[in-house]
Amino acid sequence: MNNAALRQDGDVLAFSGDLVAQNVGAIWKSSIAAAKRTHAVTLVIDVTACHVIDTAGATLLLTMERIHGGQMQLQGAETQGTALIAQLRKIIPPPLNRQEEQRASEEAARAARAPSVLENLKIRILFFGETIVALMALPTKLRFLRGADFAHIADNAGLQAMPLVVMLGFLIGMILAFQSAIPMQQFGADLYVADLVALSLFRELGPLLVAVILAGRTGSAFAAELGTMQVNEEIAALTTMGIDPETMLVLPRVAAAVLVMPALVVTMDVAGLIGMGLVLRLFGFPVSAIIGQITFAAGPSDFLLGLFKSMVFAAAVAMIGCRAGLTTGNGPRAVGEAATSAVVGGIVATVLLDGLFAVLFYRMGL
Amino acid sequence: MGTIIQVDDVSQHFASRVIFKNVSFSVATSEVFVILGGSGCGKSTLLKQMIGLLTPTAGRISVCGHDVTTDTEAVRRSMGVMFQSGALFGSMNLLDNVALAMAVFTDLPASARQEIARMKLAMVGLGDAALRLPAEISGGMAKRAAIARALALDPPVLFLDEPSAGLDPITSAGLDALILELRDTLGATFVVVTHELQSILAISDRCIMLDREAQGIIAMGKPKDLQAHSDVKMVRAFFNRESL
Repeated sequence: MNNAALRQDGDVLAFSGDLVAQNVGAIWKSSIAAAKRTHAVTLVIDVTACHVIDTAGATLLLTMERIHGGQMQLQGAETQGTALIAQLRKIIPPPLNRQEEQRASEEAARAARAPSVLENLKIRILFFGETIVALMALPTKLRFLRGADFAHIADNAGLQAMPLVVMLGFLIGMILAFQSAIPMQQFGADLYVADLVALSLFRELGPLLVAVILAGRTGSAFAAELGTMQVNEEIAALTTMGIDPETMLVLPRVAAAVLVMPALVVTMDVAGLIGMGLVLRLFGFPVSAIIGQITFAAGPSDFLLGLFKSMVFAAAVAMIGCRAGLTTGNGPRAVGEAATSAVVGGIVATVLLDGLFAVLFYRMGL
Repeated sequence: MGTIIQVDDVSQHFASRVIFKNVSFSVATSEVFVILGGSGCGKSTLLKQMIGLLTPTAGRISVCGHDVTTDTEAVRRSMGVMFQSGALFGSMNLLDNVALAMAVFTDLPASARQEIARMKLAMVGLGDAALRLPAEISGGMAKRAAIARALALDPPVLFLDEPSAGLDPITSAGLDALILELRDTLGATFVVVTHELQSILAISDRCIMLDREAQGIIAMGKPKDLQAHSDVKMVRAFFNRESL
């Protein structure tokens, strides 16, 4: 490909080389400037020495003509180039009116804008209500449920999350024990680390951390899955078939999350206790003393309260994930936004519910 | 007219499933060449091979003299592709969609890229929609914009995957007219995958028909000749709506 060049010969602007997209960048500005400087009524452009003129080259010549303000007289163009320029001259687009386009886009965006805070709250309450109604009507709609789907969702949310839960539980148990053992050792109270870690895990950290994992793994997956179905109009197809998406899609997901949650929390608690036990063993305490301390400090009620809380957290995380998916907008970006909203919403709801439970259990003396 | 695309003895298998085997044909410069056939016959697979997204199990494909498998970069610089859905980038307006390739592969200043991109959009009848986002335009407009994007660097070969699919007959006829106009104006070669009979008859200089059961080409030639004279049952059924 020959490099393009421009030479001014009196009032004639002579191009040489190939006037194609890959070449004209180098001479674009100088060509426009040359056209602007030309005072003759007719802009004479000689392309005899040009072998190829593509759309970019033709656009350059037409832009020079527009900038010059007069007529362009083309010398030496081959038939293909002349035809292309003639064709493009017929369709020269109108100048861009960014302000008007922006106004139109904003108007369109307002029509399909993201809901306000109040509207959002309304959507959430309505969704919660619709799910409750779907749950109550479930006995009459059992045919909408698909056992294989439920097993698949439960497997994804539960079994496949186990390794992560074990690893995080073990590490958190170790870290908690190690961080608290050092200051407590100064008071000779390092054995009480077992009480601290066991109570924290059973009542707070176990359910809370598993809920965060659930929001990150499962809540976002629910949102992305249902969001993609929404974008592909699968949800609309279900609705038009008379199948209510809450029953077929939301309830199995919420049920699966609620059912696998206690198993995940127990796993987290056990892994955390093992991690803590390992640290205390390294501090020289016998296993029997550690187990004795745990059973003395934490009773079944602490453990069961944690499990109960975790099931509520799971229901909230799953419902928020499904809501985010079912209210997804259009396009691939909307699916990403739905997943983000599911994770953020799930974590915030979990922490708020945890605070609520703390007050409630305190008032109930639990 | 010289040969711009050469397909020699190309086959595609997925495990033991044979999609097609020993497919050979050539496409001449500035020709509108149509690949047609029923669903599942391998039209899109063949297109994927030709644009370098799928390596053939056997055989060789060259575009503008470059081997698609070994010289993929050179081939990609010689071609533009319009995907069935348009595949416009949702976060960019149409102007930026068209100007993207120019920003990446040329040293054109921003003002020049904008002028050229506007011209390309005007060529496909979207001169006044340059600042709209893909979400704000219709399906037919999205296909036109995708053609404008494929034309960004004036490639000698354009591959269009089902350009008329999902469009109303008027928009579809407009798109057919646009393909012919662009071929005449730019001298580009078009390879079109479609099974829309009206489009095939309107735009195609030559075509090949693939068949799932035959696992390859069952007819090749000018569509009007195939419609009038073919003695292959499947071809007659396709062109003349005869029952098999």
